[in-house]
Amino acid sequence: MLRLILGRLGAAWITLLVIAVVVFVGVEVMPGDACTAHLGRDAVREDVLANCRKRMGLNQPPVQRFVSWAGGVVQGDLGVSMKRERPIVDIVLPRLRNTLILAGAAALAGVPLAILLGFLCGLARERAFDVGASTIALVAMTMPEFVVASLLILIFSIWLGWSTGVVTAAYDAPALTLLFATPLPAITLALVYVAHILRMVRSSVIETMGAEFVLMARMKGVPERRIVLRHLLPNAILPSISLIGLTLAWLLSGVVIVESVFNYPGIGRLAVNAVADRDLPLVQAIALLFGLFYVLTTLSSDLVAMALNPRLRTQRG
Amino acid sequence: MSLGHILRAVWAQPSGSLGVTLVVGHVALALVAPLIVPYDPTAQSAGMILQEPSIFHPFGADRLGRDVLSRAMLGGREAMLIATLSTLAAMVWGTALGLYVALVGGRTDAYAMRIVDALMSIPWVLTVMIFVAALGVGAMALIPVLGFSYGLSVVYIARAAALDFVARDFVQAAQARGERRGTILWREILPSVRDTLAVQGAMQWSWILLGVSSLSFLGLGVAPPASDWGLMIADGRGVMQSAPWAVLWPMAMLSSLIVGVNLAADAFAQALGVDHVPGVAVP
Repeated sequence: MLRLILGRLGAAWITLLVIAVVVFVGVEVMPGDACTAHLGRDAVREDVLANCRKRMGLNQPPVQRFVSWAGGVVQGDLGVSMKRERPIVDIVLPRLRNTLILAGAAALAGVPLAILLGFLCGLARERAFDVGASTIALVAMTMPEFVVASLLILIFSIWLGWSTGVVTAAYDAPALTLLFATPLPAITLALVYVAHILRMVRSSVIETMGAEFVLMARMKGVPERRIVLRHLLPNAILPSISLIGLTLAWLLSGVVIVESVFNYPGIGRLAVNAVADRDLPLVQAIALLFGLFYVLTTLSSDLVAMALNPRLRTQRG
Repeated sequence: MSLGHILRAVWAQPSGSLGVTLVVGHVALALVAPLIVPYDPTAQSAGMILQEPSIFHPFGADRLGRDVLSRAMLGGREAMLIATLSTLAAMVWGTALGLYVALVGGRTDAYAMRIVDALMSIPWVLTVMIFVAALGVGAMALIPVLGFSYGLSVVYIARAAALDFVARDFVQAAQARGERRGTILWREILPSVRDTLAVQGAMQWSWILLGVSSLSFLGLGVAPPASDWGLMIADGRGVMQSAPWAVLWPMAMLSSLIVGVNLAADAFAQALGVDHVPGVAVP
């Protein structure tokens, strides 16, 4: 058991290292560097370019720069932003908090709802409730976030006047202020993955209902309620847990778009701004953070699945 | 099963015929739109700003007084072209790598999949952003990046599909005959996984189309003043209160195309007998 967990942790570290290398090499192989991107038209002036490269340490060989960059990252130093001329950690941390508030609200409200709906759909297979919910889920999955977001603003803030369309809170606003600003962005973010999880749980429930142990329980005369709660529920949901983790990790692509639409002061909007400013060190740091989030989410969902599902503990990792 | 049989099976399902109709209609419109648009899509007119839908302008006008109908008719062309080329790129390299590692197995497979896994952990939006930040390029230059990042999930699917076949007798027989790897991949494995990949390709196309529209919306894709649905929605968002038609029509166009592709892909999957959960993205 301990070896399994340690193995999984080791794999997570390797994935993180690969991500760091990929992000670094990805920026490296492209023509130009942080300085030519930042300076734009001024980059033709040799002296300005040389000065900037010296300041950023770009005149050193790539391997040495990777080691010092990665070394800094391990110690919590993500480098210095080109445009803002401040340590990236100071820029990123408050916005990361805001994104976690948003993503947390979306996940806490969405995941239980998705599991419940998926379970009910599976039980009511092919009946009106299932057909209705599954159709809505299918439509929700095919709508891009920016369309959903714009529609929600149009309906709830312009036509109904229930809430403000865009978030006006600053990036250093208190957590509660931000939490009150989250309903529309969180719904947008949740819609897509609620639909995914719903479909996953639904097919898992349908599959489990055909299993022999359910038939056995029926033949023994176990009450239907008990079959559903004790036999069906755990066996249908456990296999979905690691998939739910993966779905939550994909949620991050959505964060970039949702935050931009709603003007939410999180890390996704920061990413868009960093690109607009052509601030490569900042973009690099954000890409690494997204990778870290992905690794942590998939890791923790795997560990939760292991904790809840004894069958996973005996398998060889 | 012949192509005619498959098409008839698709058409027999209500969702299939609806999906195919939507997709064919959109593609036909995209092809002929430049010849039949009633107005110049970029012509601004001060007197027309935010004008309501009327007989002369059935979809109304946007904040610069441009005809929304003309822009909506043309709005899918560039995104669809980019999506088509990116999908081709993604399918080709994703299939090639996925089938190869499935056949070879062992360490090559393990290492390659670890790298693919790490690459997939970076959201595709960011991959594109790093690219745009470093190069500052236009929409057509996005094709290699989109083809690359969406190809990652194709690697997974092609590999999983091929793994069902590598242990089968006909592949073992080909190996025993001493066929070259390339020949085995091309003649034995590729035909077996063709249907799965075709359905996957259609889904990829719809995801990439959404991706391109999202990028245009963020200002990283198709550049103004071109007509593009994502761009039109971004442009009309500020005036949604007084001119909702400027965002609702491009939304309706984009959504109907995406829903059409999904329904059609689903119907084809059923007709082909491909195991496929509709719409479940593996990005």
